Amino acid sequence: MHIPTPPLDLEHARDASFQAAVASESGQCLASCYQCGMCTAGCAYTPDYDVPVHQVMRLVQLGLREQVLSCRAIWLCASCQACTTRCPNNIDVARVMDVLRHMARRAGHAPEANVKTFADSFLASVARHGRVFEAGLAAVFAIKSGRPMQDAGLGLPMLTRGKLALIPHEPTGNGKAEVAAIFARFNRFADQGAGRHSHDDVQRSGTPKASANTPKARSDTAKDSAPTTEDGQ
Amino acid sequence: MRIGVMVCHCGNNIAATVDCEAVAAAAREFPDVVFATDHMYACSDPGQGTIEKTIRELKLDGVVVASCSPRMHEVTFRRAVERAGLNRYMFEMANIREHVAWISLDRKRNTEKAIDLVRMAVEKLRYDRPLTAKSFEVQKRVLIIGAGVAGIQAALDCAEGGLDVVLVERKASIGGVMSKLDKTFPTIDCSVCVLGPKMVDVGQHPRITLHTLSEVEELSGYVGNFEVTIRKKTPYVDWVKCTGCGACLEKCPSRKVPDSHNEGISTTTAITIPFPQAIPKRAAIDPTVCLHFTKGTCGVCKKVCPADAIDYDLKDEVVTEKVGAVIAATGLDLFDHRKCGEYGGGRYPDVITSLQYERMLSASGPTNGHIQRPSDGAEPKTVVFISCVGSRDRSVDRPYCSNFCCMYTAKQAILTRDHIPDSRAYVFYMDIRATGKGYEEFVRRAQEEYEVQYIRGRVAQIYPLYPLAGPEGNQLVVRGADTLLGVQVEIKADLVVLAVGAESAHGAPALAEKLRISYDAYGFFLESHPKLRPVETNTVGVFLAGACQAPKDIPASVAQASAAAGKVLALLSKDKLESDPQIAQVQAMRCIGCGKCERTCPFGAIRMRELRDGAKRAEVVETVCQGCGICSVTCPVRAIQLAHFTDSQLLAEVNALCRTWTETTGS
Repeated sequence: MHIPTPPLDLEHARDASFQAAVASESGQCLASCYQCGMCTAGCAYTPDYDVPVHQVMRLVQLGLREQVLSCRAIWLCASCQACTTRCPNNIDVARVMDVLRHMARRAGHAPEANVKTFADSFLASVARHGRVFEAGLAAVFAIKSGRPMQDAGLGLPMLTRGKLALIPHEPTGNGKAEVAAIFARFNRFADQGAGRHSHDDVQRSGTPKASANTPKARSDTAKDSAPTTEDGQ
Repeated sequence: MRIGVMVCHCGNNIAATVDCEAVAAAAREFPDVVFATDHMYACSDPGQGTIEKTIRELKLDGVVVASCSPRMHEVTFRRAVERAGLNRYMFEMANIREHVAWISLDRKRNTEKAIDLVRMAVEKLRYDRPLTAKSFEVQKRVLIIGAGVAGIQAALDCAEGGLDVVLVERKASIGGVMSKLDKTFPTIDCSVCVLGPKMVDVGQHPRITLHTLSEVEELSGYVGNFEVTIRKKTPYVDWVKCTGCGACLEKCPSRKVPDSHNEGISTTTAITIPFPQAIPKRAAIDPTVCLHFTKGTCGVCKKVCPADAIDYDLKDEVVTEKVGAVIAATGLDLFDHRKCGEYGGGRYPDVITSLQYERMLSASGPTNGHIQRPSDGAEPKTVVFISCVGSRDRSVDRPYCSNFCCMYTAKQAILTRDHIPDSRAYVFYMDIRATGKGYEEFVRRAQEEYEVQYIRGRVAQIYPLYPLAGPEGNQLVVRGADTLLGVQVEIKADLVVLAVGAESAHGAPALAEKLRISYDAYGFFLESHPKLRPVETNTVGVFLAGACQAPKDIPASVAQASAAAGKVLALLSKDKLESDPQIAQVQAMRCIGCGKCERTCPFGAIRMRELRDGAKRAEVVETVCQGCGICSVTCPVRAIQLAHFTDSQLLAEVNALCRTWTETTGS
């Protein structure tokens, strides 16, 4: 059924502070995008996106915050940087997409919950072991994503070919501690960052949408842009 | 001495941040100042009237105006002062707009600085002396560099106006880019048919001296009396004997030379005449490919020439010409699309430039006007045009719009549908810039009448369909976006034409250095003022025509060429020009003949004169001196002074400033 769309009241709909925030976090001049469509033309995921890349840029230019942060495209972006490479205005479009993903997280948007779940699980595994533990990651992701059997068929062939270890293979020497220090530093930075500019995001977003899919519902707070430390072992 | 001061408000430009009344009040206290006032617009008719009236009534000896930059209105006020009977150099200007009002909002400190600047101007004026301009003869000849359509038009206009013209062209024939075009927008008339008669006129005009295969090596002198050195590269053919019969071309065994007139889509011979309508229609040997020069063999052309014109021993010739003015009309080059990997970077033979396509469309081109794919010679049924290749693209350092690509793309799309009625033409565009007379209508005709499919978006990738579809595929996949739909689109194309943008002609910056004119970051020559002096440069006597100043289409180039010709005719209509008296003067008593000034002068305006006793003294060639002052600061005994900027005048200004400093700081 056709739903009539009223004209967009630009004066009220646009959020100038959003555009400024994206510009300052990404370090990109968004006003220099002239909507040529080069990014969309070269993007491998355009057929899967709900909003093509150049329109994501347009929404940011107009400061239409909710529409950008709730779209699926920013989560599907593979960060392949084809858009960045080809942009005639030298805009790092992939970086803008990355910044938008972070903002969406802070605002509690994650329409592609599995993408976010995978990223969280991956980082949690690295934080715990100092390097990713594939078998653990696969198990955690399978459970968290609600599809426990999705990769089960691959387990045995990979085990027999020696591609999968059942015990974490942690870095030797100081490696694990150094990785842990990186995570600690990032968490500290994220805490400060959240205190500086993200309270607004948290308050406005309310209950995180993604939490419905995750067994542990402690994601999507402002702190959550930092990796969680449990990996469900 | 009796001095008058006028402080200008410049509307709100100055008055908003400077207390002009206070500046005038302060000026009344300065020595020799008998009158000071402020005015809304000093340059206006009433403002100038007040200056003239006050000079007469109060019998002033000199005037200071505190207003804008001297670059803006110094001439205006000098004329006003002169009308009231004073010498035009008994005038000083204090720049309290660009140097004060526009750079700070602090009204108190701005006012103080404005007072300081007026005080300095008054102190200098007290040392000013009347100066008189001298007049000198001018050469009633003009040098025109570049013989494309702009240079041709300027040459014909100047010659018709009675000037002798020296026309210099780098290539073997005149004609430029326009001689390569098939048809021209928006009228679709044959390019070389309208240009050809003008080229013939140039070749035949008794007042035009044509130097082709030539480049300007050096330009010296000044407006009215330039001397230019031109290197004429030898064609290894005596052009007096050569009749342009073409017998040598038929027999030349080097047949694989890329034909530059055909943009490399066909080959030619080592000895060649560029195209049938070439002026001068004379053969020239390219020694980089000729077997005689590369291997020391051959010599066929010499044997077959019925006029015995071939001479392998000819050498480059250097000629000098004296001219009164110069018009630069060096035109443009095209963007090299090999920088664009997304379009194949030159790897796909069926991705060609717009100018290559133009040669293909041309009846006198290598395919006799038949559109053929370079790869297999087949007639393409789907042709895709891509706009803005090397235009409006910061990633390849070409942020500017090339001005004419939208139009020639529409023209080429129309001609495609004309030549191959069952073909399909697609144009990828970002914006359509069709601002000329009849241009918008022309683009609409392409869309409506010729059913050219315009797609709003850019192309990100071109790749060959083959081998995916088997050898018979042989097509290119063009993947772009339709931003109006918000989707990716793909077209299987037989031929892709890139609308490559314009660049400044190669070597343009080097020529600009020789002509002592400015150029921008992209090598385009800078006009003196973008609106009010669009054909002049900052070097008096050097003018601009055509695409050397910015990308331009034919009508705009021709218009600017005629404008430049008009400027030259006006300049050289006078038998004598007045020289600027603000030049270096030597005090022979002080000069020790060390010669430092002669060595340091960038214009060669100083020579050493020998006295009867053998001693040497510096001497300034008044018409050559540009008044830069370098000799003055070089002279170890202060024997050279720059008139109107003498040591005593400059020190008076410095003293005035230091006195204020001492008074205000008490130190």
